[in-house]
Amino acid sequence: MNAPHDLIIIGAGPAGITAAIYAARKKMDFLVVSPDVGGQTSWSGGIENYTGFQFITGPELAQKFDEHIRQFNIPLELGTSIDRLHRDDLLWIAEGGGKRRAARTAIVATGRTPRRLNVPGEDEFRNRGVAYCATCDGPLFAGVEVAVVGGGNSALDAALQLVRIARHVHLIQKLDRFTGDAVMLGKALGSPNLTAHTGTEVTAITGEKMVSGLVVRREGTEKTLPVEGVFIEIGSEAASRFVDGVKTDGFGEIEVDCRCRTNLPGLFAAGDVTSVPAKQIIVAAGEGAKAAISAFDYIATAPLK
Amino acid sequence: MNPPVRIFSTPTCPFCQRAKLFLKDRGVGFEEINVAADREKVAELMKVSGQRGVPVIVVGNDVVVGFDQAKLEALFPRAVDRPEPK
Repeated sequence: MNAPHDLIIIGAGPAGITAAIYAARKKMDFLVVSPDVGGQTSWSGGIENYTGFQFITGPELAQKFDEHIRQFNIPLELGTSIDRLHRDDLLWIAEGGGKRRAARTAIVATGRTPRRLNVPGEDEFRNRGVAYCATCDGPLFAGVEVAVVGGGNSALDAALQLVRIARHVHLIQKLDRFTGDAVMLGKALGSPNLTAHTGTEVTAITGEKMVSGLVVRREGTEKTLPVEGVFIEIGSEAASRFVDGVKTDGFGEIEVDCRCRTNLPGLFAAGDVTSVPAKQIIVAAGEGAKAAISAFDYIATAPLK
Repeated sequence: MNPPVRIFSTPTCPFCQRAKLFLKDRGVGFEEINVAADREKVAELMKVSGQRGVPVIVVGNDVVVGFDQAKLEALFPRAVDRPEPK
């Protein structure tokens, strides 16, 4: 392992990118590790509340983040997720992609990820019928039978998109009722090619090479729905599990103070992975700036040994 | 001379937009195949990539599934490093 960096930034959405811009301008020795640049920003349709842009699409803003960060000569390790971040002596060790990286400080800016069902077949058939984005992949299921799993607004939204494309849509909700908006629910339930299944749990996703069935259980009885697509829309969760010992609220969101400090020395967090209210792109960006300034101050004042 | 680049996409998919913006940023010309408009293209997409999701970017013999920025960076490296800011 090489000499420790000043800082490692994990995640490159608005929080991570803004932290990187501040760290670069402060001439810190740091690196950024992330699967991609943009994070959840890439998912947004139209953005009308990011200062300076009256209207910009999510993909366009993400591309602008990318262009901005590349003005600086920063080691940007893309395509990599950090599996474990832990403290060893006075350093933060980030493991992932078969590598260990050491830094005196770390900023966790990993945002939120779609919640998974955790049933057999979900991983195996990912992109082989299992999808987490109806807007993206819905049109690939034209004329076939599909299922949407979930009962909130994102599930209802996916179902309403899919009833116009698919032959038939099964809407699977674990609870006895749907939790999404009444107007959307009314539209969904009124669609002639939609069957709502409440009090129904998914137990497995099956198929050969691609998905061909969804196994569900209702009141102890199992049956298989002959679907080719399964859209999982059960919300998202803070991507904080990989951080050893960090204090979170009851929902996995990292608790930070007004300087983005966590409960652990030299560890900062910013953006949607934290319990800071208002999950907004501009809030995440601002928090990223604060986190970088705090990491800089920590390096300047904390003892080396 | 780069091999021809094809991108399988849907009009509403944000990651398809990202992929196209990336290719434009790198000055890469591409042919876009809108699978939402043509069901036969869905079959072709599944055959080419062995999966059912977009975007898929085909560069010669390389098939990139999703907006896999690391793979795309490797295929289309930035020609000139941007100057350092003042």
